[in-house]
Amino acid sequence: MLLRTVARRSSRWITALGLLVVTLAACSTDQYPQTTLLPRGDFAKIADDLLDTTVRWALLVFVLVEGVLLYAVFRFRGKPGDAEPHQTHGNTTVEVIWTVIPALILAAIAVPTVRAIFQTNATPGKDALTIEVVGHQWWWEFRYPEFNITTANEMHVPVGRMVSLRMGSNDVIHSFWVPQFAAKRDVFANRETRMWFTAQAEGDYPGQCAEFCGIQHGRMAHRIKAQKPEEFQAWVAHMQTLGPKPPGAAAPAGDQQYALGEKLFTGKGCIACHSFAAVNAPKGMVGPNLANIGSRSYLAAGTLKNTDENLARWIRDPQGIKKGVLMPNLGVTEAEAQALVAYLRAQK
Amino acid sequence: MATRVLDQHPAHAAAHGEKTGLWSWVTTVDHKRIGILYGATAFFFFLLGGVEALLLRIQLGSPESTFLSPDTYNQLFTMHGTTMIFLAIMPLSAMFFNYLIPLQIGARDVAFPRLNAFSYWVFLLGGLFLNSSFLFGAAPDQGWFGYANLTSKQYSPGLNVDFWMLGLQILGIASLAAAVNFFVTVLNMRAPGMTLMRMPMFVWMSFITQVLLLLAFPVITVALILLMYDRFFGSNFFVPSGGGDPLLWQHLFWIFGHPEVYILILPAFGIVSEVLPVFSRKPLFGYAAMVFSGVFIAFLGFGVWSHHMFSTGMGPLADTFFALTTMLIAIPTGVKIFNWIGTMWGGSLQYRTPMLFAIGFIAMFIIGGLSGVMHSSPPADLQQTDTYFVVAHFHYVLFGGSIFGLTAGAYYWWPKMFGRLLDERLGKLHFWLMLIGFNLTFFPMHFVGLHGMPRRVYTYPEGLGFDLMNQIETAGSFVLTVAFLVFLYNIFKTSRQPRNAPADPWNGATLEWSIPSPPPEFNFAEIPTVHGRDALWEMKRQRGGQLPEPIRASGAGIHMPNPSYWPLVTAVGVLAVFVSLMVIGHTGVLGVAAAIALLFVGVYMWAYEPAG
Repeated sequence: MLLRTVARRSSRWITALGLLVVTLAACSTDQYPQTTLLPRGDFAKIADDLLDTTVRWALLVFVLVEGVLLYAVFRFRGKPGDAEPHQTHGNTTVEVIWTVIPALILAAIAVPTVRAIFQTNATPGKDALTIEVVGHQWWWEFRYPEFNITTANEMHVPVGRMVSLRMGSNDVIHSFWVPQFAAKRDVFANRETRMWFTAQAEGDYPGQCAEFCGIQHGRMAHRIKAQKPEEFQAWVAHMQTLGPKPPGAAAPAGDQQYALGEKLFTGKGCIACHSFAAVNAPKGMVGPNLANIGSRSYLAAGTLKNTDENLARWIRDPQGIKKGVLMPNLGVTEAEAQALVAYLRAQK
Repeated sequence: MATRVLDQHPAHAAAHGEKTGLWSWVTTVDHKRIGILYGATAFFFFLLGGVEALLLRIQLGSPESTFLSPDTYNQLFTMHGTTMIFLAIMPLSAMFFNYLIPLQIGARDVAFPRLNAFSYWVFLLGGLFLNSSFLFGAAPDQGWFGYANLTSKQYSPGLNVDFWMLGLQILGIASLAAAVNFFVTVLNMRAPGMTLMRMPMFVWMSFITQVLLLLAFPVITVALILLMYDRFFGSNFFVPSGGGDPLLWQHLFWIFGHPEVYILILPAFGIVSEVLPVFSRKPLFGYAAMVFSGVFIAFLGFGVWSHHMFSTGMGPLADTFFALTTMLIAIPTGVKIFNWIGTMWGGSLQYRTPMLFAIGFIAMFIIGGLSGVMHSSPPADLQQTDTYFVVAHFHYVLFGGSIFGLTAGAYYWWPKMFGRLLDERLGKLHFWLMLIGFNLTFFPMHFVGLHGMPRRVYTYPEGLGFDLMNQIETAGSFVLTVAFLVFLYNIFKTSRQPRNAPADPWNGATLEWSIPSPPPEFNFAEIPTVHGRDALWEMKRQRGGQLPEPIRASGAGIHMPNPSYWPLVTAVGVLAVFVSLMVIGHTGVLGVAAAIALLFVGVYMWAYEPAG
């Protein structure tokens, strides 16, 4: 009796579940900016094609096997006074069939898999843009040896040109994840790992560290800005003008806040961990390169939007916003923070 | 019948040699009591792990939540995983190994009763040691898998990793001792006529599990020793700056870790293989295939470990090898699922609570197995790994699989263990709440993972589309909470019923149903002779019907092993050695020596204890 009610109710459940599945699976990059299901790069397409293959087979097997199970549940329901059922011990033919069929399905998955393994492990050609990625607790460093520039947390790439990532870590294992264009690859302190992709659509995309790396693993996001080739070149050219800063250089005339901020940057000790030199940037710095901090979209590896207010908050209380981060609270007053913000905002 | 009522009287029970009182439990070497101790302790830790999960889900129920600080979150997710694997699922399985293996093979106890008690006490002390870390505000926080070089002294200077490292070492000793015990018991103590191919499937799966334990745990023992040397004595096995390799940890850990997941699921496979035939009223379909697929899974389980490492850049040959072995292992697993359905097919299905959980197990394990196959393809896995997609996968196999299976076993064997049947209506309510709550909690994780939510993150921002799915998952975890409250109430309500369950309430096929519920200390008044599989069905067939309710014999003349407290003392010695290592900075080598001395005393007195 209960089962009959359940059967009626379950058809409604199944419809509801189906709708839910469709809703959840429906995607747009506006709704799901970090999704793996809308590949916009060649590497990600390889992964997505394989996902498609495995999902199709999985759905087929799911419907068949769960269907048979459900059928059995209803068809063979015992009634009081039932005779003892036939005491079958097995059926060799059937057992062979249901061993061979899964093997064939797996072979159908294995063939494209092995092909894709070798594809994704191939070395990019000489035309590729090499970008060095260094994972730090808890931010990302990006170096462009071709242009001798360094930046942090925001990676600019040209659409249509293959990017060859050479990756490592400054400390523990992290994982660089570019879901829209590529996939993920772990980074280590003692060996180089590699990944490649060609961005096939413009846009500004988020990604995150995907290997637990300590207290702030959850706040180690990066952004990829895929740009038209000309825009990318313009960005590179601009970054190449951001060399080491002699004191007092480029101070907008009469800007007292800027001047004060510049003094504080050294006085408070910020300079020990952060460099403004995009060109010939020093390696192994504790904190992210700030050459273009003024124009980045986010602060603290994707933690805060880069507004003046947030920048001031971050400077004054990094521990309160991102507990455990290596940037200490330095007792910066509100006024000092305003000055520093003015100084940093000018570093675009 | 009148004799049975009188049996419940304590004086009468005592006169029959049934021991009562706390001391009898502390010194017990009876496999049934040890089984109950395992079960009660493991269930407590399971609830603790569940509370930890609930806290995690509350934190993740909304974006940018400040309910938990990041370090608290990291401790909770580490302890949730560590607790569920080592303090809940494994010892819950051990409860069934303990209680049932001797009964199902027609033996009076295990091969080494005091070693059995020792295993339990080491487990209890290890679990307490691990959880005592909370009192120091230093619960392990590096993930249950403790990847180097995050676990190095440089990046984890506190006590957190030490608690984890030493706690796991202690628990490993408990598992290894128990594995030796059951391995020998199954091989040597089967009743006359019970060949290996006539053993109940639960015994087979448990036996294979012991082999996995014996071969896999030494690997993590070595890994933890190397880590201990890095952290305590300045070596550099896993420290890159000293020439070490963090990837070595991953290989060692997963050579253990993959067989470990088969250790976690095979007992549930065995339980389901017991429940389905009884409640379908026909034998297990394809017994031989079930045995050989289990053996094949165990063997092949040592050849797939680097599928946990597809994102580490091992190169195309390694990726290919492990992808292919991982796909291969899906075949024997699939065979089992089909054999279970084949068991139900053409049967007369009885929908009592154990059967509901067994069917739920099959349905959920299919899903977990399929997402596993999706992971087996490295290029696709490079998007899935370390996201909530894999969290969904392993919860479908560990919760939908192991926990559903273990729960089926609990309802099935409760009358045998406690002399009382759990309430059917509450059992059904438990089942439906658990099925619905489980799917609400874990199904959306497949999607939120593919949409870009990584694992082990203490929060997530708005605007990535994770909000709704996380809300649903959190709601599901509350439904699960209610399910467990119903179960707890069922246990409580049942404990107040009279202890009058019959020996064979389900028309069972195996020998444990031929003796009273609960069994006397000596199990069988007369060791049975077995003539085929499903020994008890065979006996009933010979007799032409149900067997009469067995008499509670006096057991006079049957010599059982004496109780002993030396296993406990030795277990305390084991704990002392590890604690002394932890505090070696304060108590030095002398502390370690004292602990070793205690351990030595325990072992010596145990060894020379009179046989009695």
